[in-house]
Amino acid sequence: MGKRIVLGAVAILLVIAAAYASFYVAPEERTMGVLQRIFYFHVASAWAGMDAFLLCFIANLLYVWKRDQKYDWLGVSSAEVGLVLTTVVLITGPIWAKPAWGIYWTWDARLTSTFVLWLLYVSYLLLRTLIEEPERRALLSALFGIFAFIDVPLVFFSIRWWRTQHPAPVIMGGPGSGLDPTMNKVFLFSVLAMHVLAAFLIVERYMLEKMRSEVDTLRREAEAQ
Amino acid sequence: MSLLSNTAILLDKELRTEFRSRELLTTTAVFILIVLVLFSFAINPGTEEARQFAPGLLWLAILFASSLMFQSCFLREQTNDTLSSLRLAVSDPFAIFLAKLIANTLFLLLTELMMLPFFAIFYNIPLWSKLPVLILVLFVGSLGISIAGTAISAISAQARMRELLLPLLLLPLLTPVLVVSSLVTASLLDREPIVQWKGIGFLAVFDLIFLTALWLFGEYLLEE
Amino acid sequence: MTALRIPPTGLRFENIDKRYGGLFALRRISFEIAPGECVVLAGRNGSGKTTLLRVAAQIVKPTAGKLSFPGADAALPANGRPGYVAHTTMVYDELTAEENLLLFGKLQNVENPAARAEELLREVGLMERRDSLVRTFSRGMRQRIAIARALIHRPSVLLFDEPATGLDPPGITWLANSLREVNRAGCTVVMSLHGESEISALATRAVQLDAGRVIADTQSGASLHSILTFGSA
Repeated sequence: MGKRIVLGAVAILLVIAAAYASFYVAPEERTMGVLQRIFYFHVASAWAGMDAFLLCFIANLLYVWKRDQKYDWLGVSSAEVGLVLTTVVLITGPIWAKPAWGIYWTWDARLTSTFVLWLLYVSYLLLRTLIEEPERRALLSALFGIFAFIDVPLVFFSIRWWRTQHPAPVIMGGPGSGLDPTMNKVFLFSVLAMHVLAAFLIVERYMLEKMRSEVDTLRREAEAQ
Repeated sequence: MSLLSNTAILLDKELRTEFRSRELLTTTAVFILIVLVLFSFAINPGTEEARQFAPGLLWLAILFASSLMFQSCFLREQTNDTLSSLRLAVSDPFAIFLAKLIANTLFLLLTELMMLPFFAIFYNIPLWSKLPVLILVLFVGSLGISIAGTAISAISAQARMRELLLPLLLLPLLTPVLVVSSLVTASLLDREPIVQWKGIGFLAVFDLIFLTALWLFGEYLLEE
Repeated sequence: MTALRIPPTGLRFENIDKRYGGLFALRRISFEIAPGECVVLAGRNGSGKTTLLRVAAQIVKPTAGKLSFPGADAALPANGRPGYVAHTTMVYDELTAEENLLLFGKLQNVENPAARAEELLREVGLMERRDSLVRTFSRGMRQRIAIARALIHRPSVLLFDEPATGLDPPGITWLANSLREVNRAGCTVVMSLHGESEISALATRAVQLDAGRVIADTQSGASLHSILTFGSA
């Protein structure tokens, strides 16, 4: 319990610090102005969300292999947190896009594949609500999670190669792209903060799922009497 | 070796049961026809832009049709618990999936071929000269749809609200197939046709990746 | 029925657990059935009989514990695959009786499946209806084709879940005679039954289940009778 409170406190402090840094430490971007500052929040959420889904995928694989229900709890927790973070991405994206490009939504590869990813994990959570028996739910949703995750690179590249007309990404987009060193530091700090926040949320959600599963078992036992 | 012979025996069963009633083939073909007609009301099919949109609409119709067609794939094995007797009889459960996905690909391809003349006439797109490549595109695309669809129908058959769940799980998964096959078909049917081999290759990679996943994880989908 | 070519095989459960959602459907099931025995599983609905038979049939994977077939010849894979008759027919309604038997025969590499299918169709009395779709069959005929399917690979262990369901009195007599023959030929038979009948008269042992546990296991005539009639009134 104590460790979880510490983790929570650290997560909140880091996020506040990251917000402060992105407004007051990072220099103003020349063309987009103050608006560009949403970038720290937007991209950091995207990275943390992607890593949450990666964790979900690993948990899914481990469940199929080990059949230990704690991997099922980890799977659902990381999928939900990943979904919250990608929701943030999908909301902050248009907020940034409208003033910058004049449109709310562009069908570019990153935004669109994030949206497809979001849909896939909504389906994953929906599937979980539609299977009653816990072992079957855990196994089938884990298998769907595996199929969904291996689909992600295919979605991304299909859109990138056949649909996108947008410039290369600013970060890690090959030669010519790049951030101001201070911007880069603030950005990496935001990424760290979002990851710690994600980790805290996943731990909390995991404990909740564990409790829920125990209550569920007790309820079933009581009903069987 | 026994995987192949088991697959052949099971494929014979799938084809035999379907061609006895032809229920799946006729309903799917009629469904595609209806969607194509409705699309032609929703957009003006005579225009030049329609030529660009039409291949996408065709693939969208195929996608929706497939999500209806795959409903019965594993559901009908539940009626008499034949899934259990199959699992007991085969030496490798992958044979069950392999036979089903080959059958699904064949059914899908057959209905598509039946619908192509209507598509050509409704949207005023001459297909004849590009037919061999078009069939190749239809094949690699439909194979991908069938591989993913067979896997997902094994999942949805074990859940509640399965009729609604199957398209919900399947359609987002098929985004890459829709994006690439629509574009490849569109440039193939353009006034100056281009064969996009890179796209056809991408679809083949999609098929291969999902086939491998099904080979690795298929048996767990059938666990009781 | 046909003489067995494969060595007689027993059945051994070791600490079998099956849990569904934290609840035990089977709990620490441990007993052994000798080759050639004819055993009745008794117990109320929901006591775990069907689950235990499905575990033995290798359809359901136990959560814990081990299932083995002592005496089974590893060189004959069909030997470790019991013949299983469930509540459902486990055959296709859209195929004919013969097509069904050919399908399952071929899948299990039965030698000369056509001849084997014909032999079985004759034994279960469905020869005249061999080309009819199973969909058109009566309940009794469906049970007969289900039994024929279970026997197609000449299993040395037979598992029957309520085999008398849907059979008329002559059908029950036929089933009892067939089972006696198979059992005499060395085949191990395990069946779940309700009450006493011609079929239960074949049993030399009764195992009673309750709430997923074995609560009685007897080979003596008197207690066999009391277990079989338990709860059937």
